[in-house]
Order: sequence, then structure tokens, then C-alpha cells
Amino acid sequence: MYSKIMVPVELDHTDRIERTLKVAADLAKIYSSTVVYVAIHGKVPNPVARTPEKFAAELDMFAREQGERFGIQTSALPIASNDPAAEIDARLIEAVRRSKADLVVMASHVPGVADTLHLIGSHAAKLVRQLDISVFVVR
Amino acid sequence: MPDAKLPEQELIEELEQVYDTDYQVGQDNVERYGLDMHNPVFFVSAGLIVLFVLTSLVFPDEAKVGLEATKAWIQVVFDGLLLSAGNVFLVFCLALIVLPVGNIRIGGDDATPDFSLLSWFAMLFAAGIGIGLMFWGVAEPAGYYTDWYGTPLDIDGFTDESRRAALGATLFHWGMHPWAIYAVVALSLAFFAYNKGLPLTIRSCFYPLLGDRVWGPIGNLIDILAVLATVFGLATSLGFGAQQAAAGLGFLFGVEGGLSTQLIIIASVTGLALISVLRGIDGGVKLLSNINMTMALLLMLFVIVAGSLVSFGANLVETVRGYAQYLIPLSNPFGREDDIFYHEWTIFYWAWWISWSPFVGMFIARVSRGRTVRQFLTAVLIVPTLVTSFWMAAFGGSGIDQIEAGVGALADGITDDALVLFQMLENLPLASITSMLGICLVLVFFVTSSDSGSLVIDSITSGGKTDAPVTQRVFWATTQGVIAAVLLSLGGSAALDALQAGAVSTGLPFTFVLLLMCVSLTMGLRHERRLNLAIERI
Repeated sequence: MYSKIMVPVELDHTDRIERTLKVAADLAKIYSSTVVYVAIHGKVPNPVARTPEKFAAELDMFAREQGERFGIQTSALPIASNDPAAEIDARLIEAVRRSKADLVVMASHVPGVADTLHLIGSHAAKLVRQLDISVFVVR
Repeated sequence: MPDAKLPEQELIEELEQVYDTDYQVGQDNVERYGLDMHNPVFFVSAGLIVLFVLTSLVFPDEAKVGLEATKAWIQVVFDGLLLSAGNVFLVFCLALIVLPVGNIRIGGDDATPDFSLLSWFAMLFAAGIGIGLMFWGVAEPAGYYTDWYGTPLDIDGFTDESRRAALGATLFHWGMHPWAIYAVVALSLAFFAYNKGLPLTIRSCFYPLLGDRVWGPIGNLIDILAVLATVFGLATSLGFGAQQAAAGLGFLFGVEGGLSTQLIIIASVTGLALISVLRGIDGGVKLLSNINMTMALLLMLFVIVAGSLVSFGANLVETVRGYAQYLIPLSNPFGREDDIFYHEWTIFYWAWWISWSPFVGMFIARVSRGRTVRQFLTAVLIVPTLVTSFWMAAFGGSGIDQIEAGVGALADGITDDALVLFQMLENLPLASITSMLGICLVLVFFVTSSDSGSLVIDSITSGGKTDAPVTQRVFWATTQGVIAAVLLSLGGSAALDALQAGAVSTGLPFTFVLLLMCVSLTMGLRHERRLNLAIERI
């Protein structure tokens, strides 16, 4: 039913999306699909890596670890952005196109001040609105 | 001996260890309520901002007297230091262009530029210098020519020599020297972030000198000072800009230019900056910069064609000749007798450029990945200077031509420096359209400054992260608008003057910071070159 499942990850906060990772892996087993882990990153040094090349290597390693852990097919897709904080939705949509995913499994983030003030909507909500594939939001 | 290491490999490992810090980007950050802030830089900066604003509101006159006296003291006592430092920065940049380290590519050998050359140039102007070119393009040369407030080297006004000196001196203030100041900061930040993997914040530039101590109190102090200089520099400019734009609207359309108009202008600029900030660099500041550059070039072409192509040509020659002729005498700090020009113009500008350098430099650094040191410096020093010489020849030249011919309001002398641009445009065809275009340009330049400033402050106050939640940028952009509005409504010009003097005064400590940056950058570039050579040998 689904051949490629895209899972957006923040590599410095993977502990917060443990449930999402499990759900995606379970679905991957049921449908024998590949899970592609997507991470949007800037080009300046960040908590994960000091260069974009090392960031890509970190994501690659993460994907391989998840593959071994759950016994599923995995791949990694790092997406570079000039301004990751502002462009995250647009880059995620680009990632769906580039990875040819037919299902997105993602975590809803912990609501913060900005959500209470209705300044910024959730990334998941934007993806649901703009994509024509299914989006599974894990709470 | 399969395990034996080549001497080059040992050298590479040894060299790589120099920048092998355990510090992780964002490790001192507090993550709460969906925010991600550096402790203590965010909190101390925010606290000091509130403290300074309150002080200047409760005691506007005392604050004005105190901070303006500080600024005046710096301008008089450290005049030689500021001017000489400017010369050092220029010579330093020119040396890097010709030395072998010029080959080093920002972001490593395989890095490619993130932005096209045209967008990149547009953003260079949009961050810090665009508004100034609009405001002073006519007023400064016309002011020198008419001896409004001092003349360069005390040359008598209203003469052929004073025309050349006026145009040349204006280009001196807006040409290679300010861009060298910005380039030192921009190149240091870009190099240490993109090549050495250190966080994109001012303190990282001192890693070769201070090692891991930069992550402690010294680094906090440098970063907080940069935040304060940027916030107050931008907020007071926005306040004065709103006054000027309101005056311009009053002059052109008879709109009442009082406080309510000024507040509406501040709200509109801040609102647009918020939209731009939320759209990100590509959809926001890059787009606006491109629009603004196109509008500015159109306006300049119009002034050239509508004035006279022949006199533009003559003025361009005079500008370039004036720059060449007076570059050395104007950069000489010894035995100066043109007291007003030297202290109130040149030294003020130098302090101003230096106090803005953390902001403009960091923004330029953010968008300059993928260019070599040589390309970067050549482009940052030469292209803006060329564009500015055309700009000054067109706008300043037209102003001086009108004064000489006794045409229009300028011929009676400068009364209000904010209106000089519009008074010059009034004597050319289609004045209402071009004046409106002028006001739009000024406002959009304010939007791009506020936007890029918020990006920079956000990066410094989140410990070098560029992916901190956008709410924080919204906070900083709003803060600038609120400070400007509160100062204007409650404290009036005295409060604005006070905080602006405070912002400019940070030029003195930053002069030392920038001089050390040159030393540090030299060490960093030499290290990178040794590393690259060792890798090549393998």
C-alpha cells in the first residue's frame, strides 16, 4: 500500500520522537516499505555537525542504525536550506517530492509560546493541507 | 611499516586539533516554551535593553547629556585611533586580496555560493548602507559644497575645488573604508563558522587568541555588546527615519507629519519586517533587496538622464578624481585643522560604521558562503565603492549643479537635511513620482535593515544557531519597533539622541575588538593554508 514512508527528524532531538520512529517502522514492516529519514539543516555549524558534509554523514548513520534496529529498509535525505527555521515547511514538501514518498509519518511538536499566540501553525497541519499523500501525525 | 604515519598526516592531525573544541553549538541554551535562547546572552541583553530604555525615558535629558558627552569624548580623544584603525582595516583587506591566503574558499574547496552575484550585491546594500545613501546622497556633497557644516580640509565652498573635494570626501566616507570595516567582521565570522566549524556568533572570531575561554564571560560580554549596539542602532535609526519620512510626506503631500504619522510609519515598517522575517532569507530579505536595488537603479538612471548626461559624466570624473586626490590627506590623522569636518563627519562616520559592523558584518557573513577570500574582498570593497561613486555623482552632482545654477530651494542653502533629496528631485521632471519612489525606497531599506538585524540578533542570542524558532526573530523585530515607538512617543528626540549616542559610543570598544579580529583572522587563515598545503601533499 505504501512503498516509501518519509519521517522528518531533528537529529539533536531524536529522543523526543521515539514513538514516531516505532510507528513508522511498524508500518514499514506491514507494507514492506522503505523508510526515508529527512532532516532539514542550515549551512552554519549546528548542534548536530560542524559542516553540511558531516551533517549528511550523521543522518546516514542514523538511518542505518534505525534499519538495523527494526530490521527494515532505510535511507537518508538531508536537505540544505539557507534559512532552515523559516523554510522548514517548504523544504519538507520538497523532500516529499524528491524522496517520492507516498506516506509521511511525523511527530507533532510540543506546543510552545508561539502556538498559544497563534503566531505559527504546526508544520504537520501545513503538510496535511499542501500534500496529496497521507500524513500520519503521532502525538 | 603499514602503521607508520606520514609526516604530513601527523601535521594534519596536529593542525586539526587546534580547532577541535568540545564546545557544542547551543550547549549553553535554555529550551523552554518552544524557544531556544543562549544563557546568559539572551537574558542579559534583554534586561539591559529594558534598563537603558527606561533610563532614557525617565531621565531623557540627563541620559542625552551623559551619552552625548561620552560620544563627543570618544570623537575628540580617540579621533586618531579611529581614523588609523580604519586605515589598518583597509590595508589589511587589500593585503589579503594579493596574498596567497586569498585562494582560501569560504566553506571549504567544494562549497558553492548560495546566492547569485546580483542578489548578493543587493543584500550587501540592503543591510546597512542603503538608507544612508538615500539620505546623504544629495545632502552630504551639497553640504560640503555650501559650507553648511564644515568642509573637507577647510577648502572654501562654492569653488571648483570644493566641488571636487565635496564629491571625493563623500565617496571617502561611503567607499572602501566603511566596506573594509564591514569586510573584516564579515570575513572573520564567515571563515570561523564555515571553515572552522565554530558557532556563527561574534565571539567565535577570537578562538585562535583565547581558545575555549571564548565560550565564557569574555565571549558573553562581546556578544552582549554586539546585541546592544545592533538593537539600539537599528531602533534609533528607525525612530529618526520615521521622523524624516513623516517630514518628507508632509513636504510632498501636505500630510500632517506629527507623532501619529510617525507611529504609523514605524508600525508599517515593523509589520513588513515581520512578514519578511517569517518568509525567510530567500522569500524575504533577498526578494526585498532585489526589488530595492532595481528601484534604486531606476531612480539613479532617471536622475542621470533627467539632469544631464554630460554633467553626470563631468561629475563622475570629479568624484573619482576627488577621491584619488584627497584619499591620503583625508585618511591622515596627523596635524588636522579642519576640526568640524574631521570630528563631526569623518570620525562620527568611522565610529558609526564600526558600531554597525557586528550587524552588517554578520549578515554579510551569513550570505557569503562559497566565495574565495579574494573574490569576497574584491567584491565587498570594489563593487560598492564603484556603485557609490555613480550614486554620488548622480545625486550629489545634481544637487551641486542646482546650487551653482541658482535653481530651486537648495540654492538658498540647506535648511532641513531630511528634505534635501526631495528638494533636488523637485527641480527635475515627474517630481511627485520620483519623490514617492524615494520615500518607498527609504521605507523598504528600513524593512530590510530591521529584517536582517533581527536575523543577526537572533543568531547571537541563540548561541550561533540559525534554526532557532522564528518566534525569536519576531520578538527582536517587534522589540526594535516598540523601542522606536516608545522613545518617540514618551521621550521625543532627546531620548532617541541619547540612545543613538550610546550606540555610536560602542564604536570605541569595537575598534579594539576589530583590531584583534584582524590578528585572529590572520592566524586562522595561516592555519587553513598550512592545512590545505599538507592535504595537497598527500
